[in-house]
Amino acid sequence: MADFFFHTTLGQLLLIVLETLAVLVPLLLGVAYLTLAERKVMAAMQLRKGPNVNGPFGVLQAFADAIKMLTKETVIPSGANRMLFLFAPFLTFSLAMVAWAVIPTGNGLAIANINVGVLYLLAISSLGVYGILIAGWASNSKYAFLGGLRSAAQMVSYEVSIGLVIVSVLLAVGSLNLNDIVLAQRNVWFCLPMFPMFIVFFISALAETNRAPFDLPEGESELVAGFFVEYSALAFGLFFLGEYANMFLMSGMVSILFLGGWLPPLGIAPFTWIPGPLWLIAKILFCLFVFIWVRATFPRYRYDQLMRLGWKVFLPFSLAWMVLSAGFLMVTGLLPGGAG
Amino acid sequence: MMTQIVFYVFAAVLVLSATMVVCARNPVHSVLFLILAFFNAAGLFLIAGAEFLAMTLVIVYVGAVAVLFLFVVMMLDVNFARMREGVQRYAPIGGVVGGVLLVELIMAFTRWRVASNIDQVGHIVPSSPTRTNTAALGDVLYTHYIFLFQSCALVLLVAMIGAIVLTLRDRPTGRRQNIDRQHDRTPADSLEMLQVPLGVGVAAQGGFLRPHTSYDVASVPGSYGTQAWREQEMEEETQTALVVITPAAGTKGQDNA
Repeated sequence: MADFFFHTTLGQLLLIVLETLAVLVPLLLGVAYLTLAERKVMAAMQLRKGPNVNGPFGVLQAFADAIKMLTKETVIPSGANRMLFLFAPFLTFSLAMVAWAVIPTGNGLAIANINVGVLYLLAISSLGVYGILIAGWASNSKYAFLGGLRSAAQMVSYEVSIGLVIVSVLLAVGSLNLNDIVLAQRNVWFCLPMFPMFIVFFISALAETNRAPFDLPEGESELVAGFFVEYSALAFGLFFLGEYANMFLMSGMVSILFLGGWLPPLGIAPFTWIPGPLWLIAKILFCLFVFIWVRATFPRYRYDQLMRLGWKVFLPFSLAWMVLSAGFLMVTGLLPGGAG
Repeated sequence: MMTQIVFYVFAAVLVLSATMVVCARNPVHSVLFLILAFFNAAGLFLIAGAEFLAMTLVIVYVGAVAVLFLFVVMMLDVNFARMREGVQRYAPIGGVVGGVLLVELIMAFTRWRVASNIDQVGHIVPSSPTRTNTAALGDVLYTHYIFLFQSCALVLLVAMIGAIVLTLRDRPTGRRQNIDRQHDRTPADSLEMLQVPLGVGVAAQGGFLRPHTSYDVASVPGSYGTQAWREQEMEEETQTALVVITPAAGTKGQDNA
C-alpha cells in the first residue's frame, strides 16, 4: 500500500489530493465554526447569550447560515462587469486556501515543504488585495469602490512592516523554509526575544485581514459594507469564508513565526504526549480568540490614524529592530551564516 | 516531457496575455492581463529552478507594482471613444517607432554572443544539491558584487528622492494635522458651556454658539502653511472676524442662569 502511494505517479497524485483534503476539510469546518465562535465570544464579553436556538448552544447556527447563504438569489448589478464581479470572490476564497499548502503541521508535515515557504506565504497574502480591489471596481458602485481603494492602500501599507518583521525572524533562522523556522524555535519561541516584533506582526495581521479595529474597508457606518456591498448569496458567502480563512492563515503565520508552530511549550513529558498538530491548532485557536477579543474591545481607527500607524510608527520601528537584531546576532556570533 | 508541456503552457499563456495587455479595450483589463503575464513568467522561473526569483517576481511586481497600476487605472476617467479617435492619425508614427524597435531587437539578438568568461560565475557560486538559490543569489549580490549592487541601490535612492522633491509642495491651503496637538487637546481648550437664556435662542448670541478661543487648528499661529501666508491669514482673520459673540441687548448674556 505504501509502495503504491510513494512509487507510482497515480499514487502520488492521489496522495496529494488526500493531503489537500486533510488540510482543507478541517479548515473549512473551522471557518464555519469561527463565525459561531466569534458571535459566542463577543456575546459573552458583552453579557449577552449569542446564538443559542439552533441545536444545543447554537452549534447548528453555522450550518443554518450556510444554507441561508446558498439558497438566496445571486444579484448582479446592471452596470457591473459580470466576469470580474464573479471572479473576485472566487479569487479571494481560493487564495485563502492555496496558502495552506506550505504550512507545516508537524516536522516535515506539509503538503509542499518548499525552500521559499515564507516568500510563498508573503506572495499569496499580497495577492489578497486583488480580490477586494476587483470586487470594488467591478461592482460599479461608489461605496464598493471606495471600500476597495481603502483596503488596497491599507493592505499594501501593512505588508511593508510584515515583510520587515519576517526579515528579522529570518535573520535568526537562516532559512526561508517554514519547517526550519519552527525547528529554530526548539530552545525558545521567537515571541520572547522578539516580543515587540510579535506585537507589530499581530497588529499588522489585524490590518491585513481587515479586522477590527482596522475594518475601514467595510466601515458599515460610512460605506454601508464597503467592497462587498453589492454582493449577495454565494458570492457574498465566498467573500465571508475567504475573510475568515485569511484570519486562520494569519493566525497560522503568527503561530509558526513566533509561537513555535507544532512545538510544545516545554520539551518535557506531559507536554510531549500531545501530538504536534494539536499544539499548532491550539496556538491558532488562541490567536483567533485574540482577534475576536480585539474586535470586542477596541473602537475603529480613523483612516489617517491607520495610515500614520503603518507608515510612521510600524515601518521605522520594524526597520530599526531589523538592523538592531542583525547587529546583535553578528556581534554575539549567533548569526546562522553559510548554512546554504 | 512533462516539464516541456508545462513550459509551453506557461509560455503560450504568457505571450497571449502580453498581447492582450496591448489589445484589451478596457485599461483595467489590460492591467489584469499584465498580472496574468507576471504570473506565467513566475511559473517559467519555477520550471527553471529559480524559486527565489519566481516568488520575488510575484511579491514585487504583482503584489506591489501592479496594485499601484490598477489603483491609478481604476481611478482614471477615460473616455474610450475619444481615445480611439486619434488611432488613425497616430498609426504611422506608432508604426515607425515599432519598426525601429523591431529592427534594433533583431540586430541585437543576431549578434548575441555568450561572454568568454561566463564559466567564472560558476566558480563564484559553486552549485551543490544542498545549496538553495536564495543563498547562491545572496552570495553573488552581497559578497562578490557588493559595490555594484550598492551603486544600483544609490541610483534608485536618488530617483526616489527626486520623485519626492518634485511632487512635495508646501501648499498654503493644506490643512496639515499635528497628531501631538490633537492628543493634547482637553475639554477646557475646546469646549465652553454657555448659558443660553430661555426663549432667546442662538440668534441673540450672534448667530451660533462657539467658544471664545476657536478650537480650529487654523487659529493656532505657525501651525501650517508658509510664513507669508500665515501672516496674511492672521491679518485677514483679525480684520474680518466672522463671528463676534456679544451679549444681546436686554439680557445678561452668559451669566443669565
